[in-house]
Amino acid sequence: MIPANFAYHSPSTVEEAVGLLARLGDEARALAGGHSLIPMMKLRLSAPEALVDLSRIAALKGVREEGSEVVIGAMTTQHQLLQDPILAQTLPLIPETSAVIADPQIRYRGTLGGNVANGDPGNDMPAVMMTLDATYTLAGPNGERAVKAREFYQGAYFTAAEDGEILTAVRIPVPPAGAGFAYEKLKRKVGDYATAAAAVQLTMKAGAVETIAIGLTNVSETPLLAEDAMAILAGARLEPEVVDRAVAAAEAITNPASDGRGPAEYRTAMAGVMLRRALARAAARAQA
Amino acid sequence: MSKVHIELTVNGKAHESLVEPRTLLIHYLREDLGLTGAHIGCETGHCGACTVDIDGMSVKSCTMFAAQADGAEILTIEGVAAPDGTLHALQESFREMHGLQCGYCTPGMIVRAHRLLQENPRPTEAEIRAGISGNLCRCTGYQNIVKAIQHAAATLAGEPFQEAAE
Repeated sequence: MIPANFAYHSPSTVEEAVGLLARLGDEARALAGGHSLIPMMKLRLSAPEALVDLSRIAALKGVREEGSEVVIGAMTTQHQLLQDPILAQTLPLIPETSAVIADPQIRYRGTLGGNVANGDPGNDMPAVMMTLDATYTLAGPNGERAVKAREFYQGAYFTAAEDGEILTAVRIPVPPAGAGFAYEKLKRKVGDYATAAAAVQLTMKAGAVETIAIGLTNVSETPLLAEDAMAILAGARLEPEVVDRAVAAAEAITNPASDGRGPAEYRTAMAGVMLRRALARAAARAQA
Repeated sequence: MSKVHIELTVNGKAHESLVEPRTLLIHYLREDLGLTGAHIGCETGHCGACTVDIDGMSVKSCTMFAAQADGAEILTIEGVAAPDGTLHALQESFREMHGLQCGYCTPGMIVRAHRLLQENPRPTEAEIRAGISGNLCRCTGYQNIVKAIQHAAATLAGEPFQEAAE
């Protein structure tokens, strides 16, 4: 399988990359880890005339703390997220998610920015970033702007990023100490997209949920924030009747495709099962 | 389209080439450099037969352009044995423990296991299975591949190999 030919550019700064994309226009694509785009190019489902490879831009790599936020460069790889000491300490939901993405080889190349920016509803990080209330930094010809993950996803492969914009960083508020977290993913095999998956981040107080956010992966055209379920659980004790109502509210917003991963009804039910498991595990991990 | 100039080191040897941007690294290694050890299996990033080591990372060379490897240091299966031909402990162990049948996946398995043992010199069975989860074998059922990697880890650590209870 050989892709259509293209011109290759390998800028060393964000400004240079943005300038190249502006000059090259619609037919140019930014290349991150390449594990979504290159397979599409090999199948000739995508045939950009130019690639702007972001992998040599040092400023796009690494994890750092900035005040009450953690900032992750867009070209930080899944493998680096798994190894990072700051994330292990402050945002362990992220490495827990990286561990169930693809396989070791792909995690060495695949990046956080690529995972969240291309708008594939099968990707795992978008729902996690909505759960964590992350903000994406976009750089374009008119400078930088910030877009909430919760407002970024508009349809399958359709996001708030404008043509010519590059996602450069992800900013995440550090959760309070003692917060519980879990990402539960059902997949058929290593490397598969989720049949359904659920992310939970919560804090507990006096035996009840204090704050909670819930994200769902691959059960709609976009990742979902399960707001009705969150409203049911906030302030409540995790008793069976409450959990049942929250799970029903989360299942109600799903709209999965029937495909090789199962019929739509099954995938909706599995989203509910993943949410139950994630809730239980996050609550057990939380320190009241 | 203009070609891209790349300089890279493969198995300790420096190379300088002009490549079409669309040339996949696996094609460059096999066709331009004649290193046919890394295999083309699925061509879709699933099977791991094309795995090579690039700057300390296991990479599926069918899912990377040669142009992206400019400046890289690459190890392929051809570079795993000593220059005098003495097999690496992993190669000996795959032979000793019957870690291959048809052999198609073996170059990728050994190069991947080589990196795994650099990162985790005494992996558990579960860590080995997770570590090679990006490499498919359709012959062995993996049992003897896992044993071979355990055997190699013991050899490299200078310890006796203890077969895990079945």
